[in-house]
Amino acid sequence: MFVIETQHLQKQFGNKLAVADLTLTVKEGEVFGFLGPNGAGKSTSIKMLLGLVKPSTGNCWVLGWPPGNVQARCKIGFLPEHFRFHDWLTGREFLHFHGRLYGMSGQALKQRIETLLARVALLEAGNRKLQQYSKGMLQRIGLAMALLNHPHIVFLDEPTSGLDPLGRLLVRDIITDIRSEGTTVFLNSHLLSEIEVTCNRVVFLKRGNVVREVNLKDNEIHIDELELKLGQVDNSILQGLAQFGSNAHRDGDLIRMNIQNEACLPQLARWLIGQGCEIYRLAAHHPSLEQLFVETMTEENQLTIDG
Amino acid sequence: MVNGSFATLKMMFTIAHLTFHEALRKRVLLAAIVLGALFIIIFGVGIYFINDAIIKQELRLSPSAIRTQSNRLAYNFLAMAGLYTVNFLLVMMATLLPVDTLSGEISSGSIQSLVVKPVRRSQIVLGKWLGFAFIMLIYATCMIGGIVGLVAIMTSYDLPNIHIALPIMLLETLLLLTLSIAGGTRFTTLTNGVFVFGMFGLAFIGGWVEQVGGLLGNQAAQNIGVITSLIMPSEALWRLAAHYMQPNGIGSLNITPFSSTIVPSPNMLLWAIGYTLITLLLAIRHFSQRDL
Ligand SMILES: Nc1ncnc2c1ncn2[C@@H]1O[C@H](COP(=O)(O)OP(=O)(O)O)[C@@H](O)[C@H]1O
Ligand SMILES: [Mg+2]
Repeated sequence: MFVIETQHLQKQFGNKLAVADLTLTVKEGEVFGFLGPNGAGKSTSIKMLLGLVKPSTGNCWVLGWPPGNVQARCKIGFLPEHFRFHDWLTGREFLHFHGRLYGMSGQALKQRIETLLARVALLEAGNRKLQQYSKGMLQRIGLAMALLNHPHIVFLDEPTSGLDPLGRLLVRDIITDIRSEGTTVFLNSHLLSEIEVTCNRVVFLKRGNVVREVNLKDNEIHIDELELKLGQVDNSILQGLAQFGSNAHRDGDLIRMNIQNEACLPQLARWLIGQGCEIYRLAAHHPSLEQLFVETMTEENQLTIDG
Repeated sequence: MVNGSFATLKMMFTIAHLTFHEALRKRVLLAAIVLGALFIIIFGVGIYFINDAIIKQELRLSPSAIRTQSNRLAYNFLAMAGLYTVNFLLVMMATLLPVDTLSGEISSGSIQSLVVKPVRRSQIVLGKWLGFAFIMLIYATCMIGGIVGLVAIMTSYDLPNIHIALPIMLLETLLLLTLSIAGGTRFTTLTNGVFVFGMFGLAFIGGWVEQVGGLLGNQAAQNIGVITSLIMPSEALWRLAAHYMQPNGIGSLNITPFSSTIVPSPNMLLWAIGYTLITLLLAIRHFSQRDL
């Protein structure tokens, strides 16, 4: 079942096309990365999914409901970009108020607040006013707010943008935690390393268009280069390798080639041994997200110049 | 259904509670209370000395010290002057207290984390309205009650028809407050403040044009007054309240800020109630539909 589904979402602000044509699906339990440079339309997309902004055209469903449905909202958590809140409240009061908006109350709410404060390392700062919080602390208390209701799906818009490396690590851990509890995460970011570590799937957005989709955890799809270090190589070996992939060539004392997926590796190793080769290294590389990102964004640039 | 409307009320009260909290923490209310208290104290001291003077003069004139019509007029004038000032204070407070409640949250983005909760946007507007209405009704009642009470205690003069005039002044307060909240769904904070005070000013000048027109018997000037009262009924409400609080005849003797050569029609009350409700509905509608 898809927890998020959109069909040709478009949003125009006056003359400005913020999101051109967004069609995507997110499966239950996925950590979905939404990646793109500033101004690509990431926040606007999230806002459409949450019913904050009305799409100009197109449709979307979250948890099977149209955006803004009150029942769906009981199961949704959201950390907005540029997190700012009623800063005359203390951390605990703030979480209490938001808990009440979720219909929580009493001991259950109190306990949830303490658990979350501990989780985001703000137990001691809980009775201080948000005015006195640093940007990172605000981001963390916002994350706690987004998790108050044990959401089925959390939308995080640039959750690590104000954080130092330790803070980022903490957020990363929390995302890993909630994923293991089966929560779906929709993560907006322009931080590649962030997404690379936490996400199952990434969609690249550029000027309001989806320009690429990449599966990160699915090893079947996305290895593109194999690096081999073998004892002795003659041309017959190089030619023989062609049955497993393409473009096998020497690179110094290494051999590089492109393969489709990991599945062929055991067979390839057996074949090499059968040929009497000594294997010192057999390493499959995933292209880094950064590589893909740069590649995708520059390609797209040329496209838009053409168009 | 019963459960649903209970939940609706609970949400609205949660928002109203936060609103109340906000007014307290932001010290706007504190400033208003201190100012109000200061005003009432000064007014009380003023009455004390003036009353003293009146009594002395009266003893000289008539040893039996019967309250004459003329000192009743003086007491009435005093009370009306106090209430006129309070009226301004209430206009200012009703406008400024909620002036940034929605516009500020929209521009800072803090409204976003509120609106994505299982709360209807109408509940947010109504909850805020309730919170501010609660504060302003108490504040207005205290201020008006303070003036009237001081006069009654210190001079034994009871302002007439206060049971009619008080609700009318409260309605005026609610009307301005509602307009300020409604403006916040469309405008930035500054624009909203300019908008509401501008509307008030329009009604104010219209009211004067109408009074002078009435005195000169000029129908066109009176029509201007009626039209501005329809556009913004605040001044008409004050004139109506002032009319009720002055004994027959006083108001039309000469032209004062609370004189009423022309008394607004009591239908103006119905219009003001309708105006407030329509403004609130428009605020809810616009806030419910806009991008945030
Ligand atoms: N309310 C708005 N009015 C006008 N333009 C907007 C509005 N919100 C966003 N935009 C524009 O839409 C584009 C996409 O913005 P946004 O979704 O915030 O991008 P991202 O989150 O990817 O940085 C930007 O060019 C931005 O200037
Ligand atoms: Mg953004």
